[in-house]
Amino acid sequence: MNNLSENILSVENLKMYFPVTRGLLRKKVADVKAVDDVSFHIQRDETLGLVGESGCGKTTVGRCIMRLYEPNEGKVIFEGDDILTYSPAQVRGARSQIAMIFQDPYSSLDPRQNAGNIVGEPLKIHRMVKTPAEYKDRLEELFAIVGLDPGMKNRFPHEFSGGQRQRIGIARALACEPSLIICDEPISALDVSIQAQIINLLQELQDRLKGLSYLFIAHDLSVVRHISDRVAVMYLGRIMEITDSQTLYKNPLHPYTKALLSAVPIADPAVEKNREHIILQGEVPSPMNPPEGCAFHPRCPMAAPECKKITPELRSIDNKHEVACLRV
Amino acid sequence: MSVLLDVKNLTTQFNTEAGIVKAVNDVSFQLNEQEIIGLVGESGCGKSVSQLSVMQLISAPGKITNGEVNFEGRNLLDYESNSDEMRAIRGGKIAMIFQEPMTSLNPTLTIGRQLTEMLELHLNMTKEAARERAVELLKQVGISGAESRLDDYPHNFSGGMRQRVMIAIGLSCNPRILIADEPTTALDVTTQAQLLELMKDMVSKYNASLVIVTHNLGVVARYAHRIYIMYAGNIVESGTTEEIFANPQHPYTKGLLKCIPRLDEEKGRKLVPIEGLPPNLINMKSSCAFAPRCSERLERCLTEAAPPLRDIGNGHYVGCFEK
Repeated sequence: MNNLSENILSVENLKMYFPVTRGLLRKKVADVKAVDDVSFHIQRDETLGLVGESGCGKTTVGRCIMRLYEPNEGKVIFEGDDILTYSPAQVRGARSQIAMIFQDPYSSLDPRQNAGNIVGEPLKIHRMVKTPAEYKDRLEELFAIVGLDPGMKNRFPHEFSGGQRQRIGIARALACEPSLIICDEPISALDVSIQAQIINLLQELQDRLKGLSYLFIAHDLSVVRHISDRVAVMYLGRIMEITDSQTLYKNPLHPYTKALLSAVPIADPAVEKNREHIILQGEVPSPMNPPEGCAFHPRCPMAAPECKKITPELRSIDNKHEVACLRV
Repeated sequence: MSVLLDVKNLTTQFNTEAGIVKAVNDVSFQLNEQEIIGLVGESGCGKSVSQLSVMQLISAPGKITNGEVNFEGRNLLDYESNSDEMRAIRGGKIAMIFQEPMTSLNPTLTIGRQLTEMLELHLNMTKEAARERAVELLKQVGISGAESRLDDYPHNFSGGMRQRVMIAIGLSCNPRILIADEPTTALDVTTQAQLLELMKDMVSKYNASLVIVTHNLGVVARYAHRIYIMYAGNIVESGTTEEIFANPQHPYTKGLLKCIPRLDEEKGRKLVPIEGLPPNLINMKSSCAFAPRCSERLERCLTEAAPPLRDIGNGHYVGCFEK
């Protein structure tokens, strides 16, 4: 573990189970273990990427940190305090420090509010500004920071392109000067040429505004690697491997990470010809009924008999590399 | 290699209230026997519409206004969309797989019915023979318990499995050409890799040719033999996969390669975004559509008509003025 005081966020043994109910009396019959014993930390000014396929629980992790869900177990320690013990009023206060950017810029902005109101609302709710003049100045500053013309503040979301809408979402997230932004698939709804604009904007903001950390949640490994300092790979509610983004590509240890890397095609035929293509068999099992032992063992090319029985814990290989696999 | 499909000067336009949208503007491309080509572009560039035009699946207010689609010695555009000839070609000789496996299968019919329908219609098989063949096809695309799964409905299958069923339906009548329109975009990466590999193996097994329509440059780098890059209804560059990636010539192609993060990049690489937005296709000018966003723009790019594709050797064509 790194020096604790440097960590802006540390998540410890987080568990989020969604009950599955049946029948008239809504009797609980099973749990969907969306997040099962997840631990990680984010340092100040750092970007942690959280990558995995759909249904692996990466979005749920982000929502638990925001307390949009109430986790069953675990700790979410933000700036030294466990958010999960906060009262509703304290949670609202914390949400000025932790902001969120959502995937779909088409449905995450209120279509009946103009852009100025959307960006300015957090300023009012958290009383970040005292006077109308200050409000106007701050609003214009926010528009300028994300590369939008402040003159567009009276327009409505449908008048903006997808990339511009995502800029509005980012401006709103920045309004209260948060120290952590949870970016949940912020670019997957955008066209490739627009994705680069948003990725660069997020990186520039981090350089310019001191003390801003990101939790960058996405399924696209190339994007996650590009923007993140460290990357955590999730599979069926568990973290399989965490390491810095260089090591992840050059020396992946977990067989799932290897398969995931190999499944992402690289836009260079010369490189592609010489790469090993690991094609996984089968599909991701249902999180309602995950396999015993290591969740990945039915698809794992390295699986041994003990993998069916023992659930591997995340353990350190060296001080920057953690992996949850019995065979490594 | 002989040419299997030769599309010449295809133009498809939509007459909307706001004006004419030339979704496909004077597009020519060729597909050789047993070849895989990639058609790459961003959303709205006309890559899907160009393929739907080949199949004559364009409905009002869309209209194919010009061009030829030469296939097996005939120009398919000579036939009406609902003629017997086109019906025999659609699904029989040229099959298509769509992006959304959730919506492209009929939810009220078993997948067995949807598979055998094709076989009975195009190959005049009896019910029994069609069912037997359907089981065989499902096995080939890697669906276990094929016999019993024939009587399942699409909702019983996962997204990846549904796309496997689509591939089985697509290949059921031994088509010469399979057109896959963003076949894996809605799916996870490991499933995407499985399906693309399956498609590659299946078209080679059936001696068919494959058109992959995608926005993902990685996918075409891995699978395509040749590539066409589309922008705003035009093909702006084409060539062998090796040529396009090693020696991109059009500023748009170069821009695309510079703006995507690569899995194998070194730390600290900066992405160079393409400034601006793709143009609105309503009542486009005749000058180069990419010029307003182009970093290498010349004066004449804005005033003169867009340059046609010119041959620069090695089977490489580019639609940009010579510098």
